[in-house]
This record gives sequence, structure tokens and C-alpha cells, in this order.
Amino acid sequence: MLRSRDVLRETPSQTAGPYVHIGLMPNSCGIEGVYAGDLGTTMVNEKTLGERITVSGRIFDGADAPVRDAIVEIWQADSAGLYNSPGERRGTADPNFTGWGRSATSSEDGVFRFETIKPGRVPFKDGRLMAPHLTVWIVARGINIGLHTRLYFPEDAEANAADPLLLRIEHRARVETMIAKRSGNDYIFDIHLQGSSETVFLDI
Amino acid sequence: MPSREEPETGAFFGRDRTWHAPALTPGYKTSVLRSPQRALLSLDGTLSETTGPVFGHGIIGEQDNDLIHNFAKPGESAIGERIVVHGRVLDERGKPVRGALLEFWQANAGGRYRHKKETYLAALDPNFGGCGRTICDDDGYYAFRTVRPGAYPWPNGVNDWRPAHIHFSVFGHGFAQRLITQMYFEGDPMIWKCPIVNTIPDRAAVEQLIAPLDWNNTIPMDARAYRFDIILRGRRSTLFENRLEGN
Repeated sequence: MLRSRDVLRETPSQTAGPYVHIGLMPNSCGIEGVYAGDLGTTMVNEKTLGERITVSGRIFDGADAPVRDAIVEIWQADSAGLYNSPGERRGTADPNFTGWGRSATSSEDGVFRFETIKPGRVPFKDGRLMAPHLTVWIVARGINIGLHTRLYFPEDAEANAADPLLLRIEHRARVETMIAKRSGNDYIFDIHLQGSSETVFLDI
Repeated sequence: MPSREEPETGAFFGRDRTWHAPALTPGYKTSVLRSPQRALLSLDGTLSETTGPVFGHGIIGEQDNDLIHNFAKPGESAIGERIVVHGRVLDERGKPVRGALLEFWQANAGGRYRHKKETYLAALDPNFGGCGRTICDDDGYYAFRTVRPGAYPWPNGVNDWRPAHIHFSVFGHGFAQRLITQMYFEGDPMIWKCPIVNTIPDRAAVEQLIAPLDWNNTIPMDARAYRFDIILRGRRSTLFENRLEGN
């Protein structure tokens, strides 16, 4: 008989539910005084290096209605392409940049929003540089396990064309779903959970 | 070779998506329009997934892990069955995930959430907010105290009720470990009727979400204890991975 691999099983995911804000952003949903502030609402300060940008967007369900009870988190490198994480071994990231942000979609219009900086490039496993990108994670009522995707930038056409992840998208028309739209320093990234313009989601 | 104290950088074990709930689970109605229909694109972890934010103990206030008191007026406390919930956060290799940030939220003892969209007629408790957080110690250990949440009805089927549960959000060491789940209580007959629990296909996986009563750690004349261990994805050794600086 084969011996067991003796590996534990990952705790299964469950939906974050409609009241996820109570736990993750209590100050923004009327539970004030427990925490000084909500985590992830400020990614930059006046000393942060790099080009300031805003990223906003909406999440649409399969009936094209905006999802107004989601939480979106982003994780990204600093302007030099370094992650503010103990697992970053290539150098020290900008101490004035957290790299991580959290935003609730508005209960009125469904818009999420981040004030951040344009990330630098980060190497893929084989050393090729990936195009600048944000890692995006979405949870909400009706979503049983958090959805990962990436946001890429439209001005990086050349880098995007050579990006090791984007190159793996078999249906080339779907690459567009991971590229934000730009207006000055504002980027719009709309996410479609299902249907003809469904965003590419990742198993990472 | 990294020492035992240095952060690990390997890619995470692949997620077993037959163990987790699939995206489309029609018994849980909201999932019908919120589930992707295309296949996920698989990616073996890059730095964007193997790294993640780490939160220092400095963000944690003295009462953040005491839901009985962290929203209560001075000298008062939340109403309900007093409990301690505690356990360890380990990865699939059994290694403690030191420094993991846990955030949790729940309804009050009557099943009422403090949220503007909540319309259930059970009363709010003026001394209960329903949120807490803590950071695991070097053994991956955590603990908080609260009141046992009540069951509550929700508009899914005509007569669906959620079992008593506490929501957990977990940050491990890499963003790909990010996890949100729910903890249930041993012996609750509601667990097996719940469409959200039943999104998980494997009964053994559901059982991993049920916290047993922990009699030994029950505090006499004060609070019963429940034990809830959380397992995050393990990660590969980097011994035979390409070294970035060598390419």
C-alpha cells in the first residue's frame, strides 16, 4: 500500500457574504471606534516614489448589473519593481509604499477606487520581465472562492505583447479584459464576472 | 540555502479546486450570476503571487481580539454565550504560519449583523460591534473571545437559515494564500441544511470548517472554548528552482 503523503488539506473557502465590510472595513460601514482606521485604504504617502495614479472600476455580474457589495484588494510592486514583502529577496522596497490596498465597491454605484503608483516591472520565473501589473482579488456575496486577476496598463503595449502571462491566453480577444482604460493618470478597470466580455480569472 | 528563519519564496502547492466549492452552485442562488463560465487560466507562482503583505503586531489594539468588549460601553459587555475561539494557522506541510493576520466578523447572539443593509427583525446589541482581528504568534497560534452568534434567516430559499458561524479572513505569507472562509460550531443541526455550506462538495472538507467544543480550554464560570485550526496552502522548496540572478 502506498504511504500517505502526510499533507494537510487547505481549509475550504466560503463566500465573504454581504456583510464582509463589518470585518474588513468596519469604519466605512458605521462600526466606528473599534479600529483607528480601515486597513488598506492608504497605500501611499507624500514620500512615496513613482508616478501617482488612480485605479477605479466596477464589477459586473452576468446580467450586467454592478456588484455593489464586493471587496477588492490589490497587490503590486513599487516603482522599482520590488515587493514590500519579507519574501522579496532582490532588494528593499520603497518603505513609503505598502503595495497592498483594499476598497469596497460603493453600495450606490458599485465603484471601487485606489490611489496608488504605477508599478515597475517584475521578473517572471525564467527571468523574463513581466509587463507592469497589479494583482487583483475579489470577494463578494455569491462568490464562493476569491477571484484573482491582473490589471495591465494600456500604454505598455510592447511589454504587454511580450508578457509571459498574457501570452498564455489562448483566445487573444480576451487579453483586452486584463488591460485597463486610461484617462490621464486615471485608469478604469471594469471586471465582468461572466458573459461575452468575461474577465480572465487566474488559478494562481 | 535559506536558513530556517529566512522567509520562504517557493511557489505554492496548487489549489485543489475539487476540495473547494466550484464557482457555480445554483443552490446558493447569488452564485448563478456571479460565477465565471470560462476556465481559469493557470499560472505557477511568480513573485506577484509568492509575495504578499505582512502586517506587524503594531496594528493590533489591545481589545481587537475581544468582541465582548471592543464595542461595548465602559463597564458593559455584549450579551450572549461567552466563548473563546482559538487555534493555529498552519500550512499544508504542518508548518505554523507565523504573523498571519486574521480578521473575523459575525452576527450578535440573536443573529443580527450591525450593517445598514441588514433588515432582520432581531435586535441589535448596543454593546456588540461584531468585528475583531489578531496576528498569529511564532507558533501560528491565535485566540479571541466573543459571544456565540445566533442563526439567522436569509432570502435564498423560502425558509433558509444560516447556521451559527463566524467569518474569517486570512493573510498568510503570499498573496496566493489569501483566504476567506466561515467557521461553524460542533453539533449544530443547521450546518447540513445550509446551501452555502453545501456549496462544498466533499463532506470531509465541510468537517474541516466545524470547530469542536474544546472542553479542556473552557474557562470555568466564564466562557466555553472552541478550537478552529486553519490550513493555508503549502509551498515548494526553491532548492531546484531557477535562480533569478542566474538568468
